[in-house]
Order: sequence, then structure tokens, then C-alpha cells
Amino acid sequence: MMESLFYIAAFVALFSTLQALSRSNAIHALIYLIISLLAVAVIFFLLGAPFAAALEIVIYAGAIMVLFVFVIMMLNLGEAGDLRERQWLQPRVWFIPAILAAVLLAELLIVEAEVAAYTRGVEVSPKEVGLTLFGPYVLAVELASMLLLAGLVGAYHVGRRFIDRTGGGER
Amino acid sequence: MLELIWLIPLLPLAGATVLMCGAGQLPRSLVAGIGVGSVGLSALCVLLTALAWQDNPAPYQLHLWTWMQVDNLVAEVSFYLDGLTLVMMSVITGVGFLIHLYSAEFMADDASFNRYFAYLNLFVAAMLILVMADNLLLLYLGWEGVGVCSYLLVGFWYQDPANGAAARKAFIVTRIGDTAMALGLFLLFAELGTLNIQAMTGIAVERWLPGDSMAVLATALLLGGAVGKSAQLPLHTWLPDAMAGPTPVSALIHAATMVTAGVYLIARTHELFLLAPATLFAVALIGLFTLLLAGFTALNQHDIKRILAYSTISQIGYMFLALGVGAWSAGIFHLMTHAFFKALLFLAAGAVIHCLHHEHNIFRMGGLRTRLPIVFWSFLIGSAALAALPFTSGFFSKDQILLAAYQLPGTGPWLWAGALLGAFLTALYSFRLVFLVFFGEAQTEPDRQPGWRISWPLAILCILSLLGGWIALPLAPVFPATGGHHPPAVIEWISISIPLFGLALAYLLYLGNQLSADKLVASALGRQLREFWHSGWRLDDLYDWLWVRPYQAICRSLRNEPVDLFYNLVVQINIAMHQGFSETQTGRLRWYATSMVTGLILLLGIVLGAG
Amino acid sequence: MDGLQIPFEHVLVLATLLFTAGLVGLMVRRNIIFILMSLEVMLNSAALVFVAAGAYWGQADGQVVFLLILAVAAAEVSVGLGLVLQVQRRFRNLDMDNANRLRG
Repeated sequence: MMESLFYIAAFVALFSTLQALSRSNAIHALIYLIISLLAVAVIFFLLGAPFAAALEIVIYAGAIMVLFVFVIMMLNLGEAGDLRERQWLQPRVWFIPAILAAVLLAELLIVEAEVAAYTRGVEVSPKEVGLTLFGPYVLAVELASMLLLAGLVGAYHVGRRFIDRTGGGER
Repeated sequence: MLELIWLIPLLPLAGATVLMCGAGQLPRSLVAGIGVGSVGLSALCVLLTALAWQDNPAPYQLHLWTWMQVDNLVAEVSFYLDGLTLVMMSVITGVGFLIHLYSAEFMADDASFNRYFAYLNLFVAAMLILVMADNLLLLYLGWEGVGVCSYLLVGFWYQDPANGAAARKAFIVTRIGDTAMALGLFLLFAELGTLNIQAMTGIAVERWLPGDSMAVLATALLLGGAVGKSAQLPLHTWLPDAMAGPTPVSALIHAATMVTAGVYLIARTHELFLLAPATLFAVALIGLFTLLLAGFTALNQHDIKRILAYSTISQIGYMFLALGVGAWSAGIFHLMTHAFFKALLFLAAGAVIHCLHHEHNIFRMGGLRTRLPIVFWSFLIGSAALAALPFTSGFFSKDQILLAAYQLPGTGPWLWAGALLGAFLTALYSFRLVFLVFFGEAQTEPDRQPGWRISWPLAILCILSLLGGWIALPLAPVFPATGGHHPPAVIEWISISIPLFGLALAYLLYLGNQLSADKLVASALGRQLREFWHSGWRLDDLYDWLWVRPYQAICRSLRNEPVDLFYNLVVQINIAMHQGFSETQTGRLRWYATSMVTGLILLLGIVLGAG
Repeated sequence: MDGLQIPFEHVLVLATLLFTAGLVGLMVRRNIIFILMSLEVMLNSAALVFVAAGAYWGQADGQVVFLLILAVAAAEVSVGLGLVLQVQRRFRNLDMDNANRLRG
């Protein structure tokens, strides 16, 4: 019975992702995406990775997606934006990407068909994760922090409003 | 004296060099003095050489220097003197000197006096080298030299593009013959290993049996060259147009000397031709057809110089006929007498043109018998010799040819009959010319009389045309003896009398007016025949249609360089591919993403397929 | 609590489906926001594979890598949204096809 939870969560994740990518209203799409992320978090729980699940919810759905929402609200596109999106989303633009994606999917599934294994079913606790993180992976932690710093500085600089509007020269 | 025969071609060559270097700075009298004097001195040297040679008439060879030596090709500059050479040298320098003297007055009003004598001297030098050469390579040098000088002199008045076109035509048509001759030279060298004429004929006689295919091929190629230079069928079309040059040039080059170079070549290499009876018969046939074709054409011309040009073609046909039937001495004899009377006729025609302010149409002349007496007598004597009336020089030479033709086993009588018809035509057209120009009513009055520089050469040539037949040529040691049996007497009488019939018919048509040619001409057939014969049997049109137009079409199609199409195609493909590839750089993110996905699919496909 | 024993293949299939969905979204949408969202979807699916692999081995490495992926996604989203702001200011709309000056 518990296994069926996984399949339900998987279905929810997939369905909401597809919805997210086919909406014309950005906020709606974002909400669907959050649902998808929550479903994936459930899957993490079921796989015995509570730390990952918690991070997924808190950081991914809670920070990154909220950032998206902030920016969309800041841009304030409104009805005009929705209209434009609908114009851009004619059925015919889906054809070739769908075909290519289908081919890719087929290839990847062929590769994965040979895998015959089961997940172990043990829980990996946050304590273990912490020990591993600050043990063998401590360098990675430092690099990640530097990356975040770079992201911070970059985001500040790229998003700045330039006074000189002609030509768009960099300051 | 014999060691100094190198002076003979050197003097005109030096004259030409001096005149070319001093272009425009020498006074006219000095130019004339150098031009005429160099040839005169050369003629004097020839006379002294002849006297010295008489004491010991054996072939003399003078080696000057080795021109080039590559492997076993040894080309030397050396001269060979025997009876044949002496005859040719005498004709060239003797007649040449008279023509140079004549030119001094004829070209006196011309602005390019200096250039004229330079070219003319150069021509004489080249022609002398041609006849004195002892190997075929040096002969070819002289051959090409006279070709160049002919081009320069025919196109002398180059300001008129028609003259330039005539000069080019002459050069190109003779070039075709020259190429055949060059091929013949290559073949002879490849087969026999030497180009020295005497050595070559010796080896050929040992190595080749009569009728050998190599001999036939080599002599046929040499014949090609001779046909081009001597204006025989089929390469004769240049000579009538070459009359665009000054008249003394026509006299010297296109009557007395250059056009006889082909005859000389065949006579000089006669041993090779004796080894190829097929070619020899072709020589005779070419001669026969040419003399008939040119005879009919000359009958229908109205330009005085063109009549004489076709007459020259016809008479050289007689020389070819003589060589073809084995009458070598007769051919050379006719060459000499022809030089005399044809030069005389051309110079007299030049005097007519000169004194009638450049009128060329005989139907606009007339009655000049009383107005230009010297010219009239020159023309009369020259025409008589041309028509081979009894006891003129032409009579003796042409008679020898006719009899020799008759004696050829097999087709002899046919050749004789054809030559006889040609003789009839010759008499007819030459006296047609005389009667139309010198008798009847004068339509154009002469505006001047010829001076001594025109009259004296005419007089000397008159004497030679009358008495030249009695000159004994020292040709016996050069050529093999011809058959000795005499034809029946009636043949001889017919040969002698036919020209008289021609004269009579001309009298009836053009002088006495008992018969009228106009009624014949007026009929439809007559008009067509007249057009046909007037245009030289339409050969010019034929050549234009057969060679010139396809060549021009090829040139036009090649004008856009179709061969480059392939290379341009490579470039075009390159550019197209470049443009095609640069189209893929759209700058759009979604496009790049799509292409990445495509690449990923392909890679995975390869991995899966290989794995 | 203990985790479940799920066929690994099924997790992989799910991740693949999510990934291709994100890919399709990337290829189709013209709005930059949606393109960024598709990228997030793809990153998420990769993270899922890592966590599942960690669960398969029973080790913490999978979740560690998941954390790093998260850091990357965060940095990328922040810079990307800054770019969105710039595009909006410059072109007055969010059409990704505006930024094509690097074409050949």
C-alpha cells in the first residue's frame, strides 16, 4: 500500500509539471510547479531521504519559487502578458519539440530498461548527511558558498537599473 | 669569292638593320641609296660568285657556325651552293634589285619610305637565307622570315583596317602550311636523325623503298607547307587579298620570290619526293587543278592587280605540275622566266596605277597605248611571255612543261590536256587585260609620266622576258634526267598554237568586237557562272563557313571561360555551405536548445547502436 | 521511519519523464520566465535521480549532491531573474527571441 503512495505522488508530480509548462498565466504555472516540487518532496520522504525532502520544500519551493513570484509580480505584466502568451502557444509550435522529446525519451527508456534493482529502503538521517557533508565533502561546501556569493553579486549587478539608457553600455 | 657568299644575305640584312635603327632620321636619298644599294651589291656578289663557280661547278658548302646542338640535333648555319641555289639567288637579287630601284620612285610620295625599304631589305635577306640554307632548319628560318616580311609589307598601309585584315589572312593561311611543314621536319628528324638536306636524302634513299609510308607522310607534310607558301589549292585564298600591299611588294614577294619558295622546297628535296610517288602525283594534280581554277577566276576579275594575282597562282600551278611529272629543270626554268615576266607585268601595272592616280578597275581605263608608251610595250611583252607566245621566254618554259606532262605514263595526256586548257585561258585573260587597258577609248587620263627609275627596270625586264628563254641553266647535275623520247609532232604543234587561239578569241571579244561577251554574260547561266568564277569559285565563302565561323563560335562560347566553371563551382559550393551554416546561428535560445536536443539524440543513438 | 523498496527503474522513468517535460518546455516557450521554470524542472529531475541513487546505496552522498544542486539552482535563478529584469527594461516585453544579436 505504501508503494502505491509513490506512484500517486509520481503521477501528481508529472501532471502538475505538464500543467505548469502549458499555462499562459505565469502565476498559475508557478503554483503548479510548486505542487510538482511538493510531490517530489513526498517521493523523497518515501525513499527515506527526509533531509532532502525538507530542503526541497524549504529552499526549492519556499525560496526559489517565491523569488519567481516576486519577480513576476514586480514585472506586473497583467492581461496583456496573458494574451501574448496565448498567441505564442499555438498548437503547431508543440509538434517538433514533442517529436524530438519523444525520441529522446525512447532512447533514455531503452537505456534504463536494463536496470533491475530496488531501492534499499533504509532511511538516511540528517545526521548522516551532516557528517558526510562536513567530512569528505567539506571542500564542496566551501565551493558552494563561493558560488552563492558569486550568484549574489551577479544578481545584484545584472539586475541594476542603469542611468545611461542609450546603447546600453556597461558601467 | 666562294668563301664570301655569306656576304650575299648579310648585305640586305645590314641594310635593313641600318634603316630600322635610323628610323626617321635619315634623308630620303640616303634611305633609297642604302635600300637599293644593299641589294645591288648583293646582286653583284652573286654575279661574281657565279663567275667563280663556273670554273669549278661542283656543290660548295660553307660552314659558318653551329646554331645549336642538343643531343643529336645539330643545327648549323651553313650555306650550300649548287646550280639550283645559284639560279634562285640570281633571280632573287637580280629581280629584287630592279624592283628596289623601281620602288624608289613608286614610293617617293609615301611617308613611310624608310620603313618600306627596311622591310623589303629584310625580306630579301630572309629569302636568300632560305635558298642558301643547307639544312631544313635554317631553311625554315628563312621560310618564317619571308612570311613575317610578307605580313609586314602587305599590311604596310596599316591605317586602313582592310589592309591589316589582308595581311593577317596571308599570315594565317600560310601558317597552316607552315605548321604542316614543321610537322614534316619533326617527322624527318625523328626518322632520319638529321636535317642536313644532302645527308638526309642520302639516308632516306638507303633506308626507304619507294612508296614507303613514312616517305609519303613526310613529303605530304612538306607539300602542305609548300602549298601554303606558294598559294596553291587549297591554301591559295590569301594571295588575291595580299594585293592590298604596294605594287612593288606584289611584284617581288607575290610573283617572283616568296611564292616560289614552295617550288624551291620541293625541288630541293626532290629525292625524298621521288621516294613517294603518291605525293608526287598529288603535286601534279594540285598544280593542274590550281592552274585551271585560277585561270577561270582571272577571266572574271576587273581589278588589274587581282587578275595578275590569279595569274600568278595559275603559273605556279604550272610549276607544281612540272615538278609532279618529274620535269624538275623545266619547273625551275619556268620559275625563272615567270619571275621575269610576272615582275614586269606587276611593275607595269604599278606604273599604270601610279600614273592614273590609283585607279585599279580595268573597265575605267583604256587607250593608254598612246599615253604611256613604255608601259604599253612592257605590258605587251610581259603578256606575250605569260601567254607563251612563240619565242618569248615563257614559250620555252611552258612548252617544256606541257611536253613533259604529256610523256608521263598513264595520266600524262589528261594532264597535258588540262594544262593546254590553262594555256588557252592564260592567253585569253592576259590579252583581255591588254586590250581593255591599252586600247579603245581612254576613260581616265594619266596625270604623270613614269621617270627613269620606273622605266629602266621595265626595260631590263622586257629584255629578260624576251631573251630569258635562251639562258642555259646549270641544273643538270642537280636533278635526275627526265625521259628522252619525243612526243608526236602534232602534240608539239597543238601546244604551240593554243595560246594563239586564245589571243585570237581575246581580240574578237575585246578589240575587234566581232563577238560580244555581254550576251553570254547576260543569260542566267552566264550570270551565275560569272559570279561563281569571280569569287574564286566561292572558296573564300566555303572557308568562312567551314573554318572561320566555327572558330568564332568556339571563341564566343569560350569567352565566359567555361573551363573555369568547375573551379567556380567549387567556390560556389563553398560559399553556399558557408552561408548555409551561418544560417544556423540564429541567435535564438530556443533554436540552440532544440539543436542541442537533436545532437543529444544523435549521440545517444550512436551509443545505443554501437553498444 | 524506513524508506520504501521501490524498483529503481521506476524512479528513473519518472525522472526521465520530468526531464523531457522540462526539455519540451524549454524548446517551446518564448517567455523567459517559463524558460527558467523549465530549467528548474530539469534540475529537479536530475536531483531526484541523485537522491534515489543515494537511497539505493543507503548512503548520504546522494543527498549531499542534492544540496549542491540546490545551491546551483539558487544561484542560477537569481542571476537569471536579474537578466529577466534587464530584458524587460530593454525590450518592453519578455520575448526571448529579442536577444538574438549574436546571430551569424
